[in-house]
Amino acid sequence: MADGLTKSAARNIFYGGSLFFFLVFAGLTAHSHWYMVNVSTDSEGLTDSVKHGKEVWEKNMCINCHSIMGEGAYFAPELGNVWERYGGHENPEAARAGISAWIRAQPLDVEGRRQMPAYDFSDEAMSSLIDFLEWTDGIDDQDWPPHPAG
Amino acid sequence: MKYETQKVALPFFMVAMALFTLQIVFGLLAATVYAWPNFMAEVMPFNIMRVSHTNLLIVWLLIGFMGSTYYLMPEEAEQEIHSPNLAYLQLAIFAFAGAAALVGYQFGIHEGREFLEQPFWVKILITISFLMFLFNTSMTLLKGRKTAINLVLMLGLWLAAVFWLFAFYNPTNLAVDKLYWWWVVHLWVEGVWELIMASLLGYLLIKMTGVDREVIEKWLYIIVGLALFSGLLGTGHHYYWIGAPSYWQPIGSIFSTLEVAPFFAMVVFAFTMFWKGSRNHPNKAAMLWALGCPTVAFFGAGVWGFMHTLSFVNYYSHGTQVTAAHGHLAFYGAYVMLILGIITYAMPQIRRVQPYNQVLNMWGFWVMTSAMCFMTFTLTFAGVVQTHLQRVIGMNYMEVQDQLGLFYFMRLGAGVAVAVGAIMLLYAFFGPAREQVPAGGTQMTTGTGSV
Ligand code: HEM
Ligand code: HEM
Ligand SMILES: [Fe+2]
Repeated sequence: MADGLTKSAARNIFYGGSLFFFLVFAGLTAHSHWYMVNVSTDSEGLTDSVKHGKEVWEKNMCINCHSIMGEGAYFAPELGNVWERYGGHENPEAARAGISAWIRAQPLDVEGRRQMPAYDFSDEAMSSLIDFLEWTDGIDDQDWPPHPAG
Repeated sequence: MKYETQKVALPFFMVAMALFTLQIVFGLLAATVYAWPNFMAEVMPFNIMRVSHTNLLIVWLLIGFMGSTYYLMPEEAEQEIHSPNLAYLQLAIFAFAGAAALVGYQFGIHEGREFLEQPFWVKILITISFLMFLFNTSMTLLKGRKTAINLVLMLGLWLAAVFWLFAFYNPTNLAVDKLYWWWVVHLWVEGVWELIMASLLGYLLIKMTGVDREVIEKWLYIIVGLALFSGLLGTGHHYYWIGAPSYWQPIGSIFSTLEVAPFFAMVVFAFTMFWKGSRNHPNKAAMLWALGCPTVAFFGAGVWGFMHTLSFVNYYSHGTQVTAAHGHLAFYGAYVMLILGIITYAMPQIRRVQPYNQVLNMWGFWVMTSAMCFMTFTLTFAGVVQTHLQRVIGMNYMEVQDQLGLFYFMRLGAGVAVAVGAIMLLYAFFGPAREQVPAGGTQMTTGTGSV
């Protein structure tokens, strides 16, 4: 294959082309970063409580059972839109109460049903976590997922 | 083995295989929970099993890359390893960091981002150890002969270290967090690790087929060029639904489709060199791995990747069992088989015996590879059903999962078969050396076109 091409020409194409595509990629990433901060996410609404909620999310490694915006594990439901699923768009108070009650009800101990561990969150941690989930639901993500089911 | 310090690779291979075994154990535990949901629910929740499983994979693959590099570098650079003691020290640090992370996970000590869960200080130790490794191998290279193989390999390793630094960046904005998270995860497996893969394959092919180095090295540059030209912008296939601009849908779809090209080129490359080759290398098992690796990588990464990479398909399949199916076969074909192939090639030489116990190794190859394929098929079926019920019809997640039980049982069965294959391989690598089997090596003769 490619008999006309010498090894050093192939090498130069590799280095030059890779650099070119890297620069394009880095440029588009920088623009996407700008876009996320200014357009698709609610930067004003990114309060200390939302930030703390992300820490609670990470500290308990929810990501290795659940997915969030489609990334993570596939063992438990998608949580990027759990706020919508619990009716947060219509009735925020009920959604808060519902999500919090679900977490507090663990472990369910139903034989043959996947089990979520019990977490002993303070009221403050719980409310931050829910703020984080609400904030995440608000990200403009090209209308994914297709159904509230997640 | 022409150079004394090539044996530095041995402890790396041993540690890598020990961690591989543990990875499979945690995989089996996690798969058991899918089959019997209450299994160990109080003792070890699913997330702990999963983080152990995936982290062990990454750690042992990296250790495998290091061992392979130490094995190859003296021959390619015609130079002994700069400092064997530094190599042992750096392995000890890496293995300690990995073990500490693993133990910590069982007690809930971790950072909480997928694949990057290692606590901060473990990340620091990993970085230090990896820099020591890069220093050691780069010094060897600087003093010695520079070939396309060792240059591309070192470039891949250095770039892997550079992109790893994004693991330290955790923005509070979840969308931005995801944007750069993929700079580690995608740019590793579909970018710079492909440089490592192509150069290690090139090394095996030069050694085993006897094809002219000039030809192999030209191919190498073409393959890694294809990998980076497509793979960098191909990252866009992860930017469809995380709050990034919509231009990623065409860009990600087009460039990630092109990502199939380097994997296909590697298949053509390996088989062409195999047929052209004049040398009848006695290590038949290593040749089998060198052909199997690009083939399975082409299916796992190329075909299974393409299956869900177009934005209008991914809209429905994103984050389902389809993803898990692809993740398994891609990692297995491209990187697991690569390291196992290098170990198969290197072990008889490190142990200074003729290739031994080949038949068992080849059985291990077929058992494990078929089992991984079967696991991939069951997860794919599960994923297609899930996608339809949940994403097209809109049925509730847990109800959908209740429909998938059969597939999860079959996945567990496939996992058991993977474990059997792994035991066979471990015995073939490290067990007592026997007489050379098959004697003389009449089947799979290179140059005749028969496989
Ligand atoms: C050896 C190379 C590859 C490896 C090891 C690999 C591995 C993976 C893994 C582990 C994931 C899941 C990440 C997560 O946890 O969210 C993933 C996702 C994905 N991969 Fe690959 N992959 C490879 C190559 C490819 C290629 C060549 C393509 C396209 C042709 C591709 C397309 C995708 C897509 C579209 C996703 C996202 C799936 C989703 O939306 O849930 N991959 N890959
Ligand atoms: C005995 C064999 C194995 C079993 C039973 C097994 C089982 C599992 C399970 C249950 C998960 C979690 C999926 C979820 O989140 O719902 C998983 C994830 C994963 N496993 Fe395995 N596994 C096995 C072997 C392997 C091997 C050999 C590899 C590497 C090639 C591998 C790579 C992965 C990866 C990359 C993920 C994360 C997937 C993603 O994020 O898309 N596993 N495995
Ligand atoms: Fe990717």
